[in-house]
Amino acid sequence: MPESYVLELKGITKNYFGTTVLKGISLSVKAGEIHALVGENGAGKSTLMNLIFGMPVIHETGGFEGDIFIDGQKVNITSPRQAMELGIGMVHQEFMLLPGFTVTENIKLNRELSKANLVSKTFGSSFETLDYPAMQNDTSLAMKKLGLSIDETSLVAGLPVGYMQFVEIAREIDKKNVRLLVFDEPTAVLTESEAEYLITAMRLLAAQGIAILFITHRLDEVMACSDMITILRDGEMVTSISRSNASLERIAELMVGRKLERAQLPPRAVEPHDQDLILELNNLQVQMPGEQVRNLNLKVRRGEILGIGGLAGQGKIGIANGVMGLYPASGEVYKDQNQIKLNDSKDALQSGMAFVSEDRRGVGLLVDESIALNIVLTSIEAQQKFLQPAVLPGVRLIDKKSVRSYTLKMIKDLDIRCTGPNQPVRRLSGGNQQKVCLARAFTLKPEVLWISEPTRGIDVGAKQLVLDLLVQMNREYGMTIIMTSSELTELRRICDRIALVYKGRVAGILRPDASDLEFGLVMAGKKTAKEVG
Amino acid sequence: MADVNIAQPKPELTKEKQLDQFLGQMSVPLFFAFLCLLGIIAANLNPRFLINEILTRLGRNSFLVLSLIIPILAGLGLNFGIVIGAMAGQTALIIITHLQIGGLPGLLLAFLISIPFSVLFGWLTGLILNRAKGREMVTSFIMGFFANGLYQLVFLVLIGTLIPLKNPVLVLSSGIGLRNSIDLIAINKALDHAVFGPVKLGPYNIPLFTLLVIALLCVVISFLMKTRLGQRMRAVGQDMNIAEVSGINVNKTRIIAIIISTVLAAWGQLIFLQNIGTFNTYNSHEQVGMFSIAALLIGGATIRRATIWNALVGVLLFHTLFVVSPLAGQRLLGIPQVGEYFRSFLAYGIIAVALALHAWQGKKK
Amino acid sequence: METKVLTAKDYLNKEAIRAFFVGFGLPRLIISGFLLILFILAFIMKMDLTILLSDSLVRIGMNGLLVLAMLPTLVTGVGLNFGLPIGFICGLVGGVISMELNLVGFRGLFSAILFSLPLAVITGYLYAALLERVRGQEMMVGTYLGFSVVAGMCIFWLMAPFKNPVMIFAIGGKGLRYTLTLFQHFGKVLNNLLAFSLMGVVIPTGLLLFFAFFCLLAHLFFRTRTGLAMIATGANPLYASSSGINIRAMRYTSIILSNVLAAIGAIVYAQSYGFLQLYTAPLYAAFPAVAAALIGGATLKKATVSQIIVGTILFQTLLTIALPVTQTALRGADISEIARMIISNGMILYALTRAERR
Repeated sequence: MPESYVLELKGITKNYFGTTVLKGISLSVKAGEIHALVGENGAGKSTLMNLIFGMPVIHETGGFEGDIFIDGQKVNITSPRQAMELGIGMVHQEFMLLPGFTVTENIKLNRELSKANLVSKTFGSSFETLDYPAMQNDTSLAMKKLGLSIDETSLVAGLPVGYMQFVEIAREIDKKNVRLLVFDEPTAVLTESEAEYLITAMRLLAAQGIAILFITHRLDEVMACSDMITILRDGEMVTSISRSNASLERIAELMVGRKLERAQLPPRAVEPHDQDLILELNNLQVQMPGEQVRNLNLKVRRGEILGIGGLAGQGKIGIANGVMGLYPASGEVYKDQNQIKLNDSKDALQSGMAFVSEDRRGVGLLVDESIALNIVLTSIEAQQKFLQPAVLPGVRLIDKKSVRSYTLKMIKDLDIRCTGPNQPVRRLSGGNQQKVCLARAFTLKPEVLWISEPTRGIDVGAKQLVLDLLVQMNREYGMTIIMTSSELTELRRICDRIALVYKGRVAGILRPDASDLEFGLVMAGKKTAKEVG
Repeated sequence: MADVNIAQPKPELTKEKQLDQFLGQMSVPLFFAFLCLLGIIAANLNPRFLINEILTRLGRNSFLVLSLIIPILAGLGLNFGIVIGAMAGQTALIIITHLQIGGLPGLLLAFLISIPFSVLFGWLTGLILNRAKGREMVTSFIMGFFANGLYQLVFLVLIGTLIPLKNPVLVLSSGIGLRNSIDLIAINKALDHAVFGPVKLGPYNIPLFTLLVIALLCVVISFLMKTRLGQRMRAVGQDMNIAEVSGINVNKTRIIAIIISTVLAAWGQLIFLQNIGTFNTYNSHEQVGMFSIAALLIGGATIRRATIWNALVGVLLFHTLFVVSPLAGQRLLGIPQVGEYFRSFLAYGIIAVALALHAWQGKKK
Repeated sequence: METKVLTAKDYLNKEAIRAFFVGFGLPRLIISGFLLILFILAFIMKMDLTILLSDSLVRIGMNGLLVLAMLPTLVTGVGLNFGLPIGFICGLVGGVISMELNLVGFRGLFSAILFSLPLAVITGYLYAALLERVRGQEMMVGTYLGFSVVAGMCIFWLMAPFKNPVMIFAIGGKGLRYTLTLFQHFGKVLNNLLAFSLMGVVIPTGLLLFFAFFCLLAHLFFRTRTGLAMIATGANPLYASSSGINIRAMRYTSIILSNVLAAIGAIVYAQSYGFLQLYTAPLYAAFPAVAAALIGGATLKKATVSQIIVGTILFQTLLTIALPVTQTALRGADISEIARMIISNGMILYALTRAERR
């Protein structure tokens, strides 16, 4: 007889608008088992979670293939509510707590214990009065299961962050039938001692027979507490191994591992070298929520393509945003030995740098304006291009003619598929929108191009085109490119060097052909690599 | 069982801090109390007149102001849409006037008739406000004007054209549209004097039954907030997203809050008009929203927090000011209008300040 | 192969038709239709269309600048300027000062504008500083700030030390009157400038030209670097600041511009009407202007000069025609006020409840 599993996934496949994000995932969790789910960003972890938890986003985008079994029963989970009824609890990455409610009120939110009264007997259970003593009783019971004591009547607003996490967990285990708890990167916001305690609490819960699915990319935590480890990569399940068979190095390697497909790139006349630096970042700090940069140092060689990689939340995204003045930054940035004013996009632009943001629709585009305006507006503002004198002295108007001819040229050069320069960019596909973003940056004729997540959300063909374009710009015009990406493959495909960011600092700079193991370890902060060159 | 203990830091609330918080919440009512005091001194009113006047107004307005509390707790902000409730109340009044049913039975019938109208209007308001999350206040404010247009269309144009109504007491001589003012002698003070008759305590007239009804409403509101429904409303008021994730039907909860508020506003307007004894068909409801909201805010409420005491204290202060300011203006500057304009300046101003503070604090977070 | 090409074309055509209707907007279609019905009714009832048209033209010119005042704040994404009464009152103050000095004709008009400008700039700056701090609640704060300023100014009108006997209350000798006659000062100077009659329709040339001039200025302004920066600020503040645009300065400028246009608009309105209306008259000044802008197709985040012009024409013509037509049809009941209320507020509601696209 096969062992009984609390949760079983069989052949889960999920498509988002034609892109396959999960491919044939099968995984099973036993009662009392801590099952770790690890993988890089975009490996499909959060999609898998949304799927198990019945989030509406899954069904709004066409559902999925494959089966989910709870306790051996095939289920079709269509809403978070149903997931809860099936005994699935979720500890969210962002706290789902009401600051103005007490610990008890939060734990019992929408599951309040109440007493009937005269009104409720006529008008229904909505009018039952809340039974605070009973609710507090339950709360302290749940807290005890976690081995914790918190005053149940204090407001959540006054609690330290670590405690909020425990209140979340307490809420889940207070649900009487809870059998499976999903932890979505629970330690991301915790201090080290809090994280340690959380691990202890998780073990405690598992010992009480609750199955735990633990999503993380902190490998030491995986090694510390999990029974089984499943590794996802690019939406595919690499393997499921028990911890006794795993080692930190092996997991790291499996997480990253890909066949290197470094195409033959065109050669340069002079290779970039350390004696000719174009950019120097000293002690850069950027206050970007979720992507903090702390005391980062980086030297960029003239004419190179430098990759910046690292796991989500480690700060790689913050670097370009800080240098280009989009998020509050401090420290020193020198371009050609001239210091650049931080927190001033204008100065950054005028010093010959341009930025293609990772947040295409949020920062990169005016979605309801024309392609033409999107391409030229930054140049008009920062470099006063495309303007012509008008009747009045000192007044200059936009030169529609030259804007049009320039846009037509860009549409042709970058192969932007559109109906013409006046088409609003909203109607373009993701890849073509990205080309408009690139055109906007190229129009500034930058010496240094910062580009973040250049291929996110665009289809495979367009991905290749965008990367080819970057290489072309680099080789033909000697444009220095600093490319930030969560996809190690594409960094390794076109970059000369790859800087890996961990905890807001550069943990190491690797050559694109360094081993998978080395990439995995440096990204997980287990090893610092010396600069290579 | 592993017992790792992390000591929970106690948020230390010193006495000083508590006092600060208290003063912070009380500063607005205190300021207006001071202003009232100045006005009373300047106006040099007969205290008997003043107290009588305030008692009357407390009975007349408190119910309306109390109808604002629930939407605030449910996170919908100041419900400028209570004008729509007032219109439902007036519709009921027009019906009972046409049916010529007076006295307490007539008024009670009006309360009853107003329910289907106000529930319907409240439901529609709720639906629209759910489409305008984040700008509920401006939307309910505009809805008040829009509904006013529809109200006028019905009673000024459709009566006599599409709606056959031939009642010379109500309809204009041209046969189209209702008269501008409708006499409510039949139900005048029907509630104020219900059961106990006209009650006098020394020289003071007490609208005893109305005050009892208001007290009952206070009890009902505080009861409601202690029920499961009330807890849902508070949760929605704090964070719609989190409420939704915990399985609360946010839209439905918001609609219920608005419906309750609209029904209460309809009743509040009935109480208001039975006290006055006459009503301007096309104007009586217009100022209801503004005056009630100003009163609530003067009582120390904010856009996210309101209590029954805020409402009652607010009515007291706002209407004291209402009574004394024209006289104070007259005596201080010789121009009575100054006092009147000052009064409306205060009413508008307090709302503007409350809105600005709300947005300001919201941004700081 | 051939059928494939055909279907693609068909699809494009359908798409184009749909895009046209979406672009033109359902409300505009309804209102245009309503207007058409009114015109047909007027024609059937043998009403004097020339008078109706003349009146419409005057009202378009007289309200146009107030609607144009909505443009800058809509473009920069500040939203509908419900605080229009603030600028409006600056215009009134300018007009009152000009009257006090007994300036007449165009001198009176232009000095009124001149006096109001510094006031409008200063109050506009203060207003902008407030709105910047209450971002997200601009419309509500603007409305009630406008209301309180109107109420506060009532006290000013009562107490202000104006001496010209034609302006102050006959009894008591203190305080400005509720309405001040402009006929001896600058009443209708713009309306009468180069006015001529075309097939019975009186064309208020000066008034329309004045409006057209400002529309042209606005059109050109949004093609300058600053104007484009404003458009970017409204369309996507993050794009704008990543392009080195000082978005806060753009918002301030737009609010000040709106305030200045409102002040000039108030003076133009008054000269066309022939009276300066003080005290509570400006209380609801913002609403018709807001409605006209929205009817023209402006949204809370995007607006163009042509939308302003179209909106003004549609809304003002509608109001002018609705009054006499319905009065005749409904035996005296006046629905123009009701129509104004329903249409303008319905329009605003429509704009507020439209789902925001991302």
